[in-house]
Amino acid sequence: MMNRAKLAGLAALPALFAGLPVWAQDAALVPYVYEKTVHGGDVAWMSISTVLVLLMTVPGLALFYGGLVRTKNMLSMLTQVFAISAVVCIIWVTYGYSLAFSYGGSMDTYVGGFSKMFLAGVDATTLVPTFTNGVWLPEYTFIAFQMTFAMITPALIVGAFAERIKFSSLLVFSVLWVTFIYFPMAHMVWWWGGPDFLAEQQTALLIAQAAGDAAAEATAAANLAANGLLWNWGALDFAGGTVVHINAGVAGLVGCIVLGKRVGYGRESMAPHSLTMTMIGGALLWVGWFGFNAGSNLESNAITSLAIMNTFVATAGAGVAWMFAEWALKGKPSLLGLVSGVVTGLVAVTPAAGFAGPMGALVLGIVAGVACFFFVSYVKNMFKLDDSLDVFGIHGLGGIIGAIATGILVNPALGGAGVPDYLSIPGTLQVAAYDGAFMVTAQIKAVLFTIAFSGIGAFILFKLVDMTMGLRVKEEIEREGLDVAEHGERAYNM
Amino acid sequence: MKLIIAAIKPFKLEEVREALTTIGVRGMMVTEIKGFGMQSGHTEIYRGAEYAVNFVPKMRLEIVVTDALADQVVDTITKTARTNKIGDGKIFVLDVQQAVRVRTGETNDDAL
Repeated sequence: MMNRAKLAGLAALPALFAGLPVWAQDAALVPYVYEKTVHGGDVAWMSISTVLVLLMTVPGLALFYGGLVRTKNMLSMLTQVFAISAVVCIIWVTYGYSLAFSYGGSMDTYVGGFSKMFLAGVDATTLVPTFTNGVWLPEYTFIAFQMTFAMITPALIVGAFAERIKFSSLLVFSVLWVTFIYFPMAHMVWWWGGPDFLAEQQTALLIAQAAGDAAAEATAAANLAANGLLWNWGALDFAGGTVVHINAGVAGLVGCIVLGKRVGYGRESMAPHSLTMTMIGGALLWVGWFGFNAGSNLESNAITSLAIMNTFVATAGAGVAWMFAEWALKGKPSLLGLVSGVVTGLVAVTPAAGFAGPMGALVLGIVAGVACFFFVSYVKNMFKLDDSLDVFGIHGLGGIIGAIATGILVNPALGGAGVPDYLSIPGTLQVAAYDGAFMVTAQIKAVLFTIAFSGIGAFILFKLVDMTMGLRVKEEIEREGLDVAEHGERAYNM
Repeated sequence: MKLIIAAIKPFKLEEVREALTTIGVRGMMVTEIKGFGMQSGHTEIYRGAEYAVNFVPKMRLEIVVTDALADQVVDTITKTARTNKIGDGKIFVLDVQQAVRVRTGETNDDAL
């Protein structure tokens, strides 16, 4: 981010100084200058957030999923989540960060470039922008934080085809998926120049217009538009509703269709082997999610606290809503229902975390909890889908509801934080006038784009791996269980 | 000598053991089992998936007692293990030909 900001800013400079005397008397039209300040509190909070997201993944997600499968496949779930996390960690520092968060040249709207491969040009002195003018963050802090997002997202998908995928094929698929789907998605949603770069370019644009310098004006306008595709649409995604949850949910849906149902699906009991583990995992997800949502603020300030509030309230709302819906319609309030509702609330509030107000988040949680309960309990069975651990039903659907609701709940009239406006008064963050039709349209466009991009992309990658390596284990291995057959060990020797 | 085999609800085990000890039963064998009778299982729901659980957990008691004590044992188990709900279990009584105490070699009633 920073390198591009610096380069583009320098390119615009000669034009600015050439026109200087003409408009120097107008106080508003001076080039925007700023200092980059790093706050220790921000670095501390982001470091904690980073390891909190790791806590979500291993052990949180691993145990959440592990408890839901049968005893014979417990280790396969734990191994898949753990291994994907470690592999993607390595990919992130070799080329992932560069593809997600560097300037992509002619492809910049869609994906980053290779200029930061092997973290080239990054050291302990380089900085990235936050969401506040003049406040910057060490690039390493940002790289590590974003790395944990890339690590957890492909691990979310494995729940959809649990108990039947070949481990080697899964690793290959995960590498391909982060490369061709996740990194471009992250770039399209989150790649922007930062508040100082925008202020600098907006000021340059105004100066060029006043001076009648068409070339400088075009340069500044191009720089202002040099963001990811979905960012330019005006779509809001605070912590990864589209990038992480819809993306993983849709990939999971496609995956469970391509792989097919488990042997014995619908005939044999496939009851979870340890809801105790699932509860521990679900609870760790909730704890870790504060790093995910509130860490996405990149700073330690009032919006961080708003995101923490929302991550409590929406989650509790969805958990309680699922519990009561199940109690009313299925007769009993189950622990699995409650924990599933909690995860649904976390997913739904992710894109809204720093935008909605707490009361908006509560309503969002309740709506998502009831909707996902209906999908998982009734709709899924109608389609006879073996999305084994409900990756689509919770992450996909919860993500869609959250992403669209973000466009509504950001409205200050509903207690939302409002859409940030960095351009009206360059250098001073304003809240833009809320335009509901525009916001909801932008969110729906982003959701539809994500579904299409992720769905088609995942389908191609699944088919590719299936045709070359085969995605599924043999039937006798599936019956025996993946633990002994694929990993040579069993979870419980008692 | 009689062998009394009883399948009872697991949570009744401790109560039954205590009652049998009171009437003079000095040993029993206990096994965790699964099975079905008239209760014939129940349904469990995990998110959308409903599973019929056909075999329900029970405790199997095996008690060998003198002929004189047998009726009292059956009576005690029946009274203690009863909840008046379906699934309370069954009791079977069989004749036993011989009993031996391994440590001393004592046989039959003396071995019990």
